[in-house]
Amino acid sequence: MRTVIRGMGELCITAGLIVILFVTYELWGTGRYTEGQQNRLGDELMKDWRASRVTTEQVRLGKGLAMIRIPRFGKDYHYVVIEGVERKDLRKGPGHYPGTALPGQVGNFVVSGHRTTYSAPFNRLGELRLGDKILIDTRDEQYTYTVTDRRIVKPSAVEVTAPVPLHPNRKPTKRMITLTTCHPKYSAAERMIIFGELASAVRRVQKPT
Amino acid sequence: MYLWIWRRLPGTWQTRTATALGLVVAVAVVLWYVVFPWVEPKVQFDHGVVDGPTPTQSAKP
Repeated sequence: MRTVIRGMGELCITAGLIVILFVTYELWGTGRYTEGQQNRLGDELMKDWRASRVTTEQVRLGKGLAMIRIPRFGKDYHYVVIEGVERKDLRKGPGHYPGTALPGQVGNFVVSGHRTTYSAPFNRLGELRLGDKILIDTRDEQYTYTVTDRRIVKPSAVEVTAPVPLHPNRKPTKRMITLTTCHPKYSAAERMIIFGELASAVRRVQKPT
Repeated sequence: MYLWIWRRLPGTWQTRTATALGLVVAVAVVLWYVVFPWVEPKVQFDHGVVDGPTPTQSAKP
């Protein structure tokens, strides 16, 4: 009897330790993977941008597309935006919905990101206020979007990704950005959506190489 | 359970301690690099995307 009770106790303690280790893995371990991928993709992107030849080839899935910076989150905040929103893409960083507008285009540039795991790129999205800047750097231009709205929606609210957000059938005239992440933190019950509109586009000066 | 393992480890208490620590590390490594990456998508509590345009969803809503 005593051995059984002791065995049960040991099992419970072991289970607890494994859960602690798992939580560490989720919140910290997954971020190490993202960091490595971000460094690699960032280097790749910089190399591409420095190259003199421009191809018309589309950005391949899983590759870097642009750089996102949000001054509200500090001047060191930057992530490479990946093309694609599959699980394996979002593990590398915030992902652009394939098929939605590209940065600066008329329509809706939709970017999704993790809020608590995998480096949590969109962890602080809830702190954004109206008028805050979202900077998107591409090879040739730097686009400045300003936050125009924030919504909490159901996970099935696909209409936020429409060219005119929330109005799937309208023809777009504005240049919008939409950021999506999960809400509340550590849950998949809802989604937090940030809308923004293009405020300015500045041509980037190419550094001589 | 642990007492049972401890009794079956060979050698003096020093070698036993070393073996026991080695076992713990081995189990942790297997969990971290094999089990957790496999479990993670199944208990994913961090969905960034809205459903629909691309097949990104796991079985859980």
